[in-house]
Amino acid sequence: MIAYLIRRILYAIPILVGVNLLTFALFFVINTPDDMARMQLGMKRVTPDAIEKWKQQRGYDKPLMFNSAASGTAKLTDTIFFQKSATMFVFDFGYSDDGRSISREILTRMLPSLIIALPIFVVGLMLYITFALLMTLFRGSVLDLAGVSLCVLLMSISSLFYIISGQFLISKLWHWVPISGYAGGSDSLRFILLPVLIGVVAGIGSSSRWYRTIFLEEVGRDYVRTARAKGLSELRVLFKHVLKNAMIPILTGVVAVIPLLFMGSLLTESFFGIPGLGSYTIDAIQAQDFGVVRAMVFLGSVLYIVGLILTDISYTIVDPRVRLQ
Amino acid sequence: MKWLILLPVLFLTACDGDLWNNPYPSSEKGLSVYYNVFTERPKHLDPAQAYSENEYIFLAQIYQPPLQYHYLKRPYTLIPQAASAMPTVQYLDKNNRVLPANAAAENVVYSLYEIHLRNDLKYQPHPAFARDAQGKFEYQAMSRDEVSQRYSLSDFPHSGTRQVTAADYVYQIKRLVHPAIHTPISGLMSDYIVGLKDYATTLQKAQQANAGRLLELNDYPLEGVQIIDAQTYRIKVYGKYPQFMYWLAMPFFSPMPVEAERFYAQDGMQRNNLTLDWWPVGSGPYYLSENNPNQRMVLTRNPNFSTENYPAEGEPGDRAAGLLNDAGKPLPLIDRAVFSLEKETIPYWNKFLQGYYDATGISSDSFDQAVTMSVSGEANVSDDMSKQGINLSTSVATSTLYMGFNFLDATVGGDSERARKLRQAISIAIDYEEFISIFANGRGVSAQSPIPPGIFGYREGEAGLNRYIYDWVNGAPKRKSIAVAKQLLLEAGYPNGMDEKTGQPLVIYLDTTATGVGSKSRLDWLRKQLDKINIQLVPRATDYNRFQDKIRRGDTQMFYFGWNADYPDPENFLFLLHGAQGKVAKGGENASNYSNPEFDHLFEQMKNMPNSPARQKIIDSMLEILRHDAPWLWGYHPKDFVLRHSWMHNSKPNKMANNNLKYLRIDATQRDELRKQWNLPLWWPLLILGISLIGFAVWLWRVLRKREEAI
Repeated sequence: MIAYLIRRILYAIPILVGVNLLTFALFFVINTPDDMARMQLGMKRVTPDAIEKWKQQRGYDKPLMFNSAASGTAKLTDTIFFQKSATMFVFDFGYSDDGRSISREILTRMLPSLIIALPIFVVGLMLYITFALLMTLFRGSVLDLAGVSLCVLLMSISSLFYIISGQFLISKLWHWVPISGYAGGSDSLRFILLPVLIGVVAGIGSSSRWYRTIFLEEVGRDYVRTARAKGLSELRVLFKHVLKNAMIPILTGVVAVIPLLFMGSLLTESFFGIPGLGSYTIDAIQAQDFGVVRAMVFLGSVLYIVGLILTDISYTIVDPRVRLQ
Repeated sequence: MKWLILLPVLFLTACDGDLWNNPYPSSEKGLSVYYNVFTERPKHLDPAQAYSENEYIFLAQIYQPPLQYHYLKRPYTLIPQAASAMPTVQYLDKNNRVLPANAAAENVVYSLYEIHLRNDLKYQPHPAFARDAQGKFEYQAMSRDEVSQRYSLSDFPHSGTRQVTAADYVYQIKRLVHPAIHTPISGLMSDYIVGLKDYATTLQKAQQANAGRLLELNDYPLEGVQIIDAQTYRIKVYGKYPQFMYWLAMPFFSPMPVEAERFYAQDGMQRNNLTLDWWPVGSGPYYLSENNPNQRMVLTRNPNFSTENYPAEGEPGDRAAGLLNDAGKPLPLIDRAVFSLEKETIPYWNKFLQGYYDATGISSDSFDQAVTMSVSGEANVSDDMSKQGINLSTSVATSTLYMGFNFLDATVGGDSERARKLRQAISIAIDYEEFISIFANGRGVSAQSPIPPGIFGYREGEAGLNRYIYDWVNGAPKRKSIAVAKQLLLEAGYPNGMDEKTGQPLVIYLDTTATGVGSKSRLDWLRKQLDKINIQLVPRATDYNRFQDKIRRGDTQMFYFGWNADYPDPENFLFLLHGAQGKVAKGGENASNYSNPEFDHLFEQMKNMPNSPARQKIIDSMLEILRHDAPWLWGYHPKDFVLRHSWMHNSKPNKMANNNLKYLRIDATQRDELRKQWNLPLWWPLLILGISLIGFAVWLWRVLRKREEAI
């Protein structure tokens, strides 16, 4: 298994280089360093000298990918791409365009993102699986039909609607929790209840339907028939046998997502004023801050790869027949 | 299951027995704290770099430039802030001989400003000033390891202060051309402050020679700035430049202690986000005690702030409005100000209604809920707002939003009679009164020229009418008819919107950054306006950078633009049309690339004059030229609407001053009582939800049991 993991980590390096290259290309197809400078310097009294100075200070005065004026390896290394990418592989993300340390920002913002994303993930997973199992239990009945219809209805609604109506009902009309904001420590509880509730409700439709499909596939298998023939109750068959055997497809979707929980939610964080990584990414895109954008894409890619490796490992845990070689 | 029971207990504990939806800790109850928002995180808090409103919200409360604007008086009046009196100005000839005060501008080679500071100014408590028992600086020579675990100023156990001196003001002026700092006005000031341009080159060379080391600005003298004594300094500027006084009221000219620069320059500080750009060191009424631009910024009363009292005089009507009730009281009147990051308008608006923000602007979404317009066009708060005791104040902003014609364009630009008439026809056709009514909820005043109300040179009523676009009818301006516009178009060579040379319909391109869904209706409206004279308008929506690029290259026909005053002087608006400011030719601020020698000549005459009837006369002539040439579609001056709760006192819109926080007063007891009334939690939905869930679970269980039994 160790050899497998090392191999997967080595595979990750070209993937990360590729992702980085793609991010770089996409960003600079739309923006030039001059655009970035103008965005940062504002509209009033911006001179060409100021733009040049800004680029020089931040290393954007070099050629993008190939420096024909340099010699030897400097042709490739004395470029914006190399200078801005190489350090990321040792997780040194440098500074954002407004001069703040990106690594420090990521560390600071990770916790608020996690505080929101983790409960949504855990509570949501339990609720969606339970709901899906109940629909499976009553499959073919009016209850199942009502459940599926409800799922379709819920997944047809925009997540923005959940947020706005949740804020309106729960915070504005009923005054249960603050509409938005965030605080550290135990005080964070009242700020996270609403975004967590909305996050969980918003996911019911699509997730429960997906799990229901998995469970329906499982209930048709021979071992389920055998379990029933042994006289086990339907509840026991579902919650003990079907659930256990449906774990592999569930894990495929779930474990890969776990590391990405750190990355936060773009919309939820923005609307609830949560100072997490989701809102950090949105702000960086709007401000055309390449330093932050590339760092967040890189981090997202690393976490996604970690998630896939964890998924592979989790297979060996839930299914002893799987061996990583 | 235990945690399920614990959850509500934890929740209630977290609420501290306070209102459930209160976003602030209950420990702040009854305290003199001002609550407001910032919608965009500030980019810079270094007074040499900051230049936008969302930065000045904080900076203006922290730093003390020599001058400030009187809070209540109108027209806007400069008064001393850090200075003990208004600066004295001497005019000098080329041999530095003193000229009389009324010397003609052409004879004045230099102006010498002498500023004397108050001797009771002290910096906020800050670790940069902390000294040990031996009198040595405690945190000025820290190792990287010592710095590595410190992420905020509160991580430094000791702090100190010292008196503000003239040397600090001089140091800051030198910083305006520091090679590592981008100062928006460095180019402008280099043209005025004697020796500043050369000083920039000197610093550039010095930095190259000492790469990686802190540039000690005090080692390099600046010719045009001189320290006379600990409390006095002089600034020498080229020629006569009366507007320089206004710049002295901006944070660019605040004091900067060299200790602060040295403190933040230590290795490892920037890595931990400890920089002068993020942690200001000022002597103003407040200091930044919490700096979390991702969440909230907190200003706390500076214990070392020198005495300043609430003004005792204002405009007529200020006393009746209660704005002089606190006259003579020591400032600031509020102990803390908490600014929360609120990017979305819905939570912002609802929190204001719940009493968790003390004041707010009004977004278009909330306008109808907040404001009612009387038949005469007067704005009042709606009944709902009135019941909550919310007050409305309105003021015309010292800014202008306009549509420019590119003078370099072959169709709409240039000095020909044909193009002029075309521009005038378009200016008549686009009904800005309708625009203000539909898209700005009536919050604006149609512009008759670039100068907004409240700025010298603006004329009220018929005297200020743009006669090329309006007629004066029944005591009010009335836009000329479409027939007049069509006639102008005919004379311009476009009968009925057709180019008589080519026989093709006239197509005008509008460049705009309005790319959102909400912008479509505006662009449709604009198209319809030009349809009235059979001109086809093609909007070219583009992103901000492309738009800027097009403007820079002069690759536009018409475009949306705006300007917000730096200072209340007509020069700050009329320079936007000065030939020497041409965007394409000079990289200046004249985005229309308008050029008229007569206008430019009058501008040169007017810019150095004090406000007087003679200056007004020249301005009138300049405006007449502009109205005739129509380089802009004059657009409108937006009106700011601000709602504030009844517990907030002394609020008076002041579009020039940003250091207004110190004058505000909060009745915290009243606020607490009203918040309690407005935010009592409703239990019944929770009860219904709980009962429904339990009922459903029981029913489900019974159904399941029946099914099991059936099998």
